[in-house]
This record gives sequence, structure tokens and C-alpha cells, in this order.
Amino acid sequence: MNDFLNDWGLSLAVFLPLVGAAVMAVVPKANESLHKVIALVTSLAVAGVGIALFAGFDYSAGGLQFLVDKQWIPVINSRYIVGMDGISLPMIALTMLVVPLCIVYSWNHFPEPKNPKAFLILILILETGMIGTFVAQDLILFFVFFEVVLLPMYFMIGVWGGEKRQYASMKFFLFTLFGSALMIVSFLALYFLSDQVMVDGKMMHSFSMILLPELAQGISIGAALWIFGGMFMGFGIKVPIFPFHSWLPDAHTQAPTVGSVILAAVLLKLGTYGFIRIALPILPEAAQRWAPFIGLLAVIGIIYGALCCLAQSDMKRLIAFSSVSHMGFVMLGISTLTDIGINAAVFGMVAHGLITGLLFFVAGSAKERFHTLDISRLGGLLKQAPHMGWILGLATMASLGLPGLAGFWGEFPAILAAYSPGAGLSEALFRVYMVVAALGTVLAASYLLWMYQRVAFGTPKAEFADDPNIKDVNFTEWLAWTPILVLIVVLGVFPNLIFKVTDPAITLTMRAFGV
Amino acid sequence: MLAQLATFAWETPVVDLHAIAPEIIVVITLCVVLLVDAFTGDDARWTSSSIAGIGLLIAFIPIVTLAMDGSERVMFGGAYVVDDFALILKSLFLLSAYVIVLLSTNYVAAGDYWEGEYYQLLLGSVLGMIVMASARDLVTMFVALEMLSIPAYMLASWRKRDAKSNEAGLKYYLMGVFASAILLYGMSLLYGLTGSTLLSAIGEVINASPTTQPIITLAIVFVIIGFAFKVSAVPFHSWAPDTYEGSPTPITSFFAVATKAAGFVALLQLVFIGFYGREDVYGPVIWVLAVLTMTVGNLLALRQTNVVRVLAYSGIAQAGYILAPLAVAGVSGAVGVASLQAIVIYLLIYASMNLGAFAVVITVARKTRSAEISSFGGLFSYAPGLTVAMTLFLLALAGVPPAAGWFGKLEIFSSLVSANNFAGYSLALFVAVNSVIAFAYYGRLMRVMWMDEAPDSDRTPIKVPASLGFAVVISAVFTIAIGVFPALLTRFTESVTLLGLGG
Repeated sequence: MNDFLNDWGLSLAVFLPLVGAAVMAVVPKANESLHKVIALVTSLAVAGVGIALFAGFDYSAGGLQFLVDKQWIPVINSRYIVGMDGISLPMIALTMLVVPLCIVYSWNHFPEPKNPKAFLILILILETGMIGTFVAQDLILFFVFFEVVLLPMYFMIGVWGGEKRQYASMKFFLFTLFGSALMIVSFLALYFLSDQVMVDGKMMHSFSMILLPELAQGISIGAALWIFGGMFMGFGIKVPIFPFHSWLPDAHTQAPTVGSVILAAVLLKLGTYGFIRIALPILPEAAQRWAPFIGLLAVIGIIYGALCCLAQSDMKRLIAFSSVSHMGFVMLGISTLTDIGINAAVFGMVAHGLITGLLFFVAGSAKERFHTLDISRLGGLLKQAPHMGWILGLATMASLGLPGLAGFWGEFPAILAAYSPGAGLSEALFRVYMVVAALGTVLAASYLLWMYQRVAFGTPKAEFADDPNIKDVNFTEWLAWTPILVLIVVLGVFPNLIFKVTDPAITLTMRAFGV
Repeated sequence: MLAQLATFAWETPVVDLHAIAPEIIVVITLCVVLLVDAFTGDDARWTSSSIAGIGLLIAFIPIVTLAMDGSERVMFGGAYVVDDFALILKSLFLLSAYVIVLLSTNYVAAGDYWEGEYYQLLLGSVLGMIVMASARDLVTMFVALEMLSIPAYMLASWRKRDAKSNEAGLKYYLMGVFASAILLYGMSLLYGLTGSTLLSAIGEVINASPTTQPIITLAIVFVIIGFAFKVSAVPFHSWAPDTYEGSPTPITSFFAVATKAAGFVALLQLVFIGFYGREDVYGPVIWVLAVLTMTVGNLLALRQTNVVRVLAYSGIAQAGYILAPLAVAGVSGAVGVASLQAIVIYLLIYASMNLGAFAVVITVARKTRSAEISSFGGLFSYAPGLTVAMTLFLLALAGVPPAAGWFGKLEIFSSLVSANNFAGYSLALFVAVNSVIAFAYYGRLMRVMWMDEAPDSDRTPIKVPASLGFAVVISAVFTIAIGVFPALLTRFTESVTLLGLGG
């Protein structure tokens, strides 16, 4: 059993969703309930494989586990290398949790134009892409999975989205495609400029993320800065970092609920994960030079996102801008180049995934009931749908970083880390960032509480007061939301559940910086 | 003169029948189609396409045996060479011609066009192409070029009663003849300079002259421009969109894939055998051509409303990507090999994804009788299979994994970056930016298919004839298989090399 897991576990987790999708492709479209069952069973099976993997994972070791290294494209020595360590494990777990919840949630509320078959197939393809990105240890393999994620999301927004879906989906796609085109050029530059290794008796360049930190040491700092710049664009657009964020509010607002949830919970993390997994360990020196700049954009993002939130009248758009702000904290944590900062970043990624995912779920359900998310038209949610109001309240509190809930452990250590940034970074500069970021949390509290006040408190507005459609949380919603609620509280009380997993791997990564 | 002739001893050239078996089989097929067509009545018209298709597949057999044999065969004093390069491109020509026969079967039969003649001309053109893949001599190249072009001029105007088709043929003919003239002038300069028509001999003389003689520059530039017309590189592309739109759609796909590939084959042979040492001349010329071609092609494609024209302009842009590695090919031997293989790989992938896209367009046009983008509205609601296939081909053209195009683009990027100089990096950046621009129109077509309503809410399903369905399926299988396992393709291209690279 263990041998099987070692050799096939990760590949199974990556490709099982595709098998499910293939089965669904041959089942006729009319048989909707069968499609739902197949999709759910597949995603649960993937989660089962995940649980087996997590159970067999050695949490005290920092390196990659379940490593598989097979020949894939011999001409360019790109290999099928997959592995999991403490940095990817929380991300994989998050993906495996969110996907089944999304399938459960959509059970009875497929957005127009319905077609559960296509919708669920897209979700499963998305799952393959997401898990694949988190386990890939070869730059080309990573790139392929990174791109596989794009398409299902493009169609999900474009076909099942809101009124301006076509504009939003195209914007989403073009932004990310631009980033990934630059990213692949930097990957190739990295490939050609790094040292060669012996493969099957021939000296060849390598795409292996495991070997590259060592092989790339000889790259001149000038070239390294450019390469880092290309990756910065690729990952930064996905995060999104401040000036490249404008696709996000549109994509989130127009996406169907489940699309928003997956986008917020997992897709944004692909960018930050790329920084931690690829950019930092392979080009540490360039990372040090770029860090003050990234930190600057991160805090601008925190403040800018928060100010935009204050100006929003649409609840979904507000949550989207709050994502910009929260991802700013994650990027600030990364830019400090310290162990604690990156631990905070990974925690922040998980926390943001859960909390914002939940917020989008609730917003989606609210939209279904009220047919609008215009904050000024809403009100009195606690009276009309008390459970939903409480869940929204808890998510809001978690999102603004209340201690005891998950959000706190993403933001607070990141701010703390900025107090004493890693070697070679200006302490004064990062302390300024720290102060600004701390101000950001105040703004976060104000926009979130203000939103909550307007939506949940008071009495329902006249137009919805006697609307029989407005019911409290229903069964599938409970089913989809309970695990997230529990996790937000549990991780808030026992943050070590994550820090313990991530720390050994991050300590290992930070060796590149001489820490 | 007479004395010279008198002393000239005639030697019978050694003809390696195995090596030229594919050509011979195509000739025989052509004759069979001709005879069967001449001696049968209207009720047996359908045999033409079957015979042509089967003949093309039979011609593929000796290519397999030659590849298994593996030795390089040189004939006619080096003018005709069958090596890995020739074999892989011959298989490209034969297999894409087979797919084009599949695309033509219903189109030609339904359109009340002359069937026998159509396939004869098609086979004649294919013959020119497979000769081109082996031609290592200016005269052979020119003969091959005309052999593939002249039938193509007629095929372009096959829809006789349609003014657009006549325009297509005439434009193509005039531009083609013009290009031939320029090419011939360049070739005559080369011959005058070097005293030989053999590319390898030309290469020796040209590479040995240390300085850039203006006349060498002129000759190289003229020859490149001559073929730039064939591959529809900007600014020599103006014929392409009109010709593509007016020609019968299967012939359009033939131009977009096979004819273009033939032009590239000629360019590759010229650059890698004839001019390899003169990077100072062809490098900048091709750099400019590549940048112009991809950028202008993409920008014009954005404005098109007709799918065939979109594909035409996208094909122009793709030609720009394919040209790009050639601009840096001379930097070093390793970069040269990388560029050559990148181009060959891209040509093969381009053939599968573009033929697939055309197959879907032809199938859909059977129902909608139109190639306007709007006529694809709501395709997903009544033909989900075709929509998914078309999406796959468009993604491949856009270079999004896991459809095959990404690997072609990766190889191009990789050869450009491996040059590690300004020309390489700048071209890589141009390709990157252009890939994003290109998605705007590929994505628009996808959007129309997936997200728009069917025009007039007409959702009657499309009847897909077996031959078209088969063409879509093989293109799709090839596109996805290469995208997921690029090693399937690279194991055949790994050994591709040409003389200038020491091959």
C-alpha cells in the first residue's frame, strides 16, 4: 500500500478528476443526477487519495515526499517530476476540500444556462490543473498545469457568469496569458543560463525545480533580475499584485458563485505559491533585490484594495477588492524573505482561501434570494435569514483578522515579520511597510463591518420584506459551509496545525538565503 | 562550346528507386485517377477521391521503410537527397494531403465541380511538395516550386461561377508569378556568383567570401523574398486573405498548411545549406520579416468577421512565429539545430491544428452555408462535440497547453532564448506579446461558439459526413497526443539536420 502511494499517489490525485471527467463525457447530457453523482464521487475519491497521502506524510521532514521522477520530453530534458512537501500540502488539502464542497453547493443551484454536465466536467478539469500545479516539480510541467487551470475558469465565467461575463472572462484570460507568456520566457532563460547536468550520459540543461536552485547559482545578477522580473509578471498577475489586479474584480463579480469560490480559494494562490516554490529558492539574490519593490506593491495593494472596498456598492465586488487587500498581506509576508514571513504567507493563503471562499458562497446564496447584491438595497439579513446572517458575520470577523479565527494568523505574523525583514533588506523601509499594513487592518475592519452592518442589521427593506423566496440556509448550503466554518475556527484556535506542516519545508527553502 | 559538349561524357545517373518510391507512387496514383476518370461515367465520380486518398496513404509506406532503413540517400550528384529532414516533411505533405482529400470528398461532390481533375491537380501539387523536400539544387527547387504552384493557381479558382473564386485564382497567380520572377533573378545571381546550382557548392563559395559583397546580399535577399511570398510573410502577404476566402475551403486549408510548409522547406534548405555562414545577411532580413509578419498578421486578424479570413491572418501570424528561429539560426551550430528542429516541429503541429480547424469550419458551413463568425453562435448548444474539437484546435493555435501548439511555441521560444543575444530575446518577447494579442481573436471565436445564442435560434444538429468526421478526429487525436506527450514527435525530429549544421 505504501509503495503504491509513493509511486502513484500524487499522480492519482492529479489525474483521477480527469478520469471522472472522461466518464462524464460519455454519459448522455440528459442524465443530470448521474453526472452530479459521478462528479461528487470523483472529487471525494480524490480527497480520499489525499487523506491517504496526508496520513503517510512525514511531518517532521522538510524535503519533498512521494517524489516521482520519470522521463517526459527527453529533447529538452523536461521530466515528469511530482512531489509534495509542507508548502504544497496545505494548498493541495485546500483544493481537495473546496472542490467537493463546490459540487455539493451547486447540486440544486446550477447557474444559467444550467448544463450540469459541462459545468461539472469543467470543475473536474480545474481540479486536475490545480493539484497538478501544486505537485509539479518541473518548470515545464508546472507551466502546463498552470495553463490548464485557465481554460475551465474562462469558460465558467464566460458561459455561466453574470451580465458582463464575456468582457470579464476575456479580460481574465488575456491578463493571465500575458503573464504566463513572460513567465515561460523566463523559465527558458533560466534553463539556458543555468549549469548543465549529466542525463543519460549527456550533459543537458534542466527544468527540475529540485536541481535548479543549485544549477542557477552561476547566473549573473543582471540576468537573474530580468528572469525574476518575468516570473514576477507571471505570478504577480495571478495573485494579483497591485497594478495588475484590475481583472480580479470583474472576474469575481461576473463569475458564477462556485467559480468565484474556486478563483478566490485556490487560483489566486497559484501565484503566491509560484513565488515561494520557484522564484525565491531558485533566484534568491534577485529576490533580495526585488523584495523592497514587491513589499511596496504589496502595501499599496493592501491600502488601495481597502479604499476600493469602502467605495463599493456591490457586495461581491467588495469581497473581490478585499481579496486584493488580503493577498497584499501574503505578498508582504513573502517579501520579508524570512521564515516567519513565509509561514505567515502560507497560512494567509489557506485562511484567505477558506474565508473568502465562504464569503463568496454566502454572497452567491444571497444573490439567489435577493436577485441583487447592491448593498444599499439589502438589510436585515439577520432577521430574515438568521443563520445566514450569523455565518456571514463569522466570515466577516474572520476576514478582518479577529484573533481566534483563521484570518488573524495570516495577517499578524506577516506584519510582525516586516518588523525585522531578512538579511540584506532595509529595516527602516520594511518598518514603514509594517505601519502601513497595520493601518490596512483598521481599514479592513471598517469596510467589512460597515458592509456587515448594512447587509445584516436593521430591518429588511420594503421590497424584500414579504418575499417568500428569502429562506434561511438550506441543506446543501449547510453541507457545503459547515466544513469551512469548522476549519476557520479550528485553525484560528490551533494555528500550529498549519505552521507545523509548513515550517520544516520553509526552513529548508530559506537556506537559499543563508538563514 | 561544341568542343566542350563533345568531351562531356554522359553518365547514367544512379537512380535509387526505393528513395524515390513515394514520388513514383504519387505519379502512378495521378495516372490512375486520370484514367479511371476518363473511362467511367458520372456514377463512378466518387472513385477519384478514394483512389487519391488511398494512393497518398500507399505513398506513405516507403517513407516508413526509408525511415526504418535510416541511411541518407544522395542522388543526381547531390541535387536530390533523401534524409531525415526530407522524410519527415514528406510525411507531413502526404498526410496533410490525405486529410485534405478527406475534407474535399463531400465538398467537391456536393458542389457540382469537376472531381477527377480536382484530385489530379491536387496530387500534382503534392508531388511538387514532396520533390521540394528533397531538392538540394536551385533548378530542382524551382521545378518543384512551379510543380506545386501551377495546379494550385487552378485549384484556387475552382468555383468557376463565383467571382470571388476567380479573384482568388487570379491574385494568387499574378503574385505567384511575380514572386517566381524575383526568385529566379536571385537564383541567377547566385549561379553567376558561384558557378553552380547545387546548394552545397553555393554554400562553400558564399561562406568563403569574407566580406559582404553587395551582390551576395542582393542574391540572398531576392531569394528570401521569393519564398516570403509563398509563406505569406508581411509585406508580401497581400494575396493571402483574398485567395483564402475565395478558394474552395479545402483548397484554402491546403494553401494554409501544405503550400506554406513547402515554402518553409525551401527556405530552410536555402538558409541551412546555401547561406548558413552569411548570418549577417539573412539574420536581419528574417528578423524584420518575422516581427512584421506576426504583428501585422495578428492585428489584422483582430478585425476580421469571417472565420476563414481569421484563419488566413492567423496563419500569417503563425508564419511569423515559424520564421523567428531562422533569424537566429546562424549564431552557433547548437542554436542552428535547435532552430531547424523547432521549425520542423512547429510545421508538423501547425498542420494538425490548422487542418483540424478547417475541418470544423467546413463541417459547420455545410449547415450554415456561411463562414461568418456570427454563424458559429451557439454551436455548443447543438454540436457540442464539434465545439470541443474546435476549441481544442483554437487553443492549440493560441499555444495553450495541453493542446499541441504550446510545445511548438515552447520549442520556438527555446531556440530563440538559446541564441542568448539581443535578436533572440527581442524576438521571444515579440512572440510572447503576439501570443496574447492572438488570443483575443481565437478567444472571440470560442466565445461566440460557447456563449452566444444560435442565429435565428436554429438548433438543428449538424450532419457530419464520415470523411469530415474522420478528419476532425485524426487532427484532434494528433493535437492532443502531441500536446501531452511531445516525445511522440520529438523522437522523429531529434535527428533532423541539414548540411550547414554538419548533417
